[in-house]
Amino acid sequence: MDGRCQLIVVDNLVIRFGRVEAVSGVSFAVARGTAWGIVGESGSGKSTVLRALAGLNEDWSGHMRLDGAELPRRRTRAFFRRVQMVFQDPYGSLHPRQTVDRALAEPLVAQGIGGADAAIPRALDEVALPQAVRFRYPHQLSGGQRQRVAIARALITSPEILLLDEPTSALDVSVQAEVLNLLSDLQRERNLTYIMVSHNLAVVAHLCPMIAVMQGGKVVETLSAEALRAGRTTHPHTAELRALSTELEEP
Amino acid sequence: MKVEIANLSIAFPTPRGPSLAVRGVSLTLGSEKLGIVGESGSGKSLTARSLLKLLPPEARVSADRLAFDGIDVLTASERQMRAIRGKRAGLIMQDPKFSLNPVMTAGEQIAESWRLHRRTTRREARQAALDLLAQVQIRDPARVADAYPHELSGGMGQRVMIAMMMAPDPELLIADEPTSALDATVQAEILRLMENLVSSRGMSLILISHDLPLVSHFCDRVVVMYAGRVVEELKAAGLARAEHPYTRGLLACLPTLSHPQARLTTMTRDPAWMDGVS
Repeated sequence: MDGRCQLIVVDNLVIRFGRVEAVSGVSFAVARGTAWGIVGESGSGKSTVLRALAGLNEDWSGHMRLDGAELPRRRTRAFFRRVQMVFQDPYGSLHPRQTVDRALAEPLVAQGIGGADAAIPRALDEVALPQAVRFRYPHQLSGGQRQRVAIARALITSPEILLLDEPTSALDVSVQAEVLNLLSDLQRERNLTYIMVSHNLAVVAHLCPMIAVMQGGKVVETLSAEALRAGRTTHPHTAELRALSTELEEP
Repeated sequence: MKVEIANLSIAFPTPRGPSLAVRGVSLTLGSEKLGIVGESGSGKSLTARSLLKLLPPEARVSADRLAFDGIDVLTASERQMRAIRGKRAGLIMQDPKFSLNPVMTAGEQIAESWRLHRRTTRREARQAALDLLAQVQIRDPARVADAYPHELSGGMGQRVMIAMMMAPDPELLIADEPTSALDATVQAEILRLMENLVSSRGMSLILISHDLPLVSHFCDRVVVMYAGRVVEELKAAGLARAEHPYTRGLLACLPTLSHPQARLTTMTRDPAWMDGVS
């Protein structure tokens, strides 16, 4: 794989938990400004790959490169300025005793960036949250509002890359549509690069033109969203996931 | 067996006065599969749980009629309710991780549920548990019977839950988001299994979910709830002909593989929907 024109390169990544090999030699490359999807069932290793990329797990072997530079095991502060993550459950990822204002100020403090007073209202605007939300606590917000706060927090330091771990699975379908639209708008406006993990094929295909299908710690197939929609799959597991998704989506 | 709900309201006290979570819901259920669909906070779970009197203690329930097979649930004693719960109406919840007892094996839990409602020996109950595990299509019942919940996958756990609920041979099964915590492949298997068991035993099913297309595949009739009210009731096969803008909105905002949209349709919530079916 040519690592020079790709923003993120994962090459032969192996992750073990004790004797279990959760990820066995995963490789993919993501170009700047595109969205890369990873689908699979629980236990397929998709979230483990994403967490290792985010630097949340230091115990891996293989190569991960950002802009051609090898990523060190312990990530630097500069890395987190460029790469941020949004988790599945916004209730779990926001501190219950911190106001939205505090949650949004935290990354700025961590990065030594000033101007929180101007940045926070702007960040709320960008994710279409009313300014009144600024001094509320997570429990005073709806699920959709909380996920918008999590996205605003990830974006406040102006990263280039967002790692999205099932960002809409905990949301109602009408709220999911709003959050997915927001993510597409933000990507276009800021030329962001996304890596999104989900078990929902339709959600991934909506946002990501290229999709890797994982099973048992391996990428069993990489295909375009278009090929997936058209049913041009080569691996039986992809075909199975696609069949379930299309069968149940039609009323 | 017949379930009758007429003008059911459920309120919770708040510092600013009672807050109505369910507002005047009426529905009846015979030997059929009914889906209740709605988003979080629509009151779908509360409505179903009120039938078993399994609501938080601060909930205030009122209804013109709330009856399970002619028994008035509103005035029923705890003793009467215990004769219904489990024995005549089973409840399956979302995540088997939280609804199974972590310090009992799967087999012991199913056997307990069997013994609780019958006079029988331990040995018979154990055999019944193995039979039930085989009925929920577990390939190696003896191994699963001796496993603790943490040793089972989500799909296995939910099969054990279903076996446990089937043990007393209930007439009604209430399944509250039974597959939301499971993978798509397992989800379809579990729902098919439930549908088969319910149909072959002539039971009634209330399937509660936020997933409208999914529910329509496994139910005869679907009730759509919004903000504590029923906004539309339809035949599952007639989902495509749904009339209420909320129901149509729920269908339209789902991304699908077969119909790509550059931008997903979002819902503009009309305050008039709060009024429900006129």
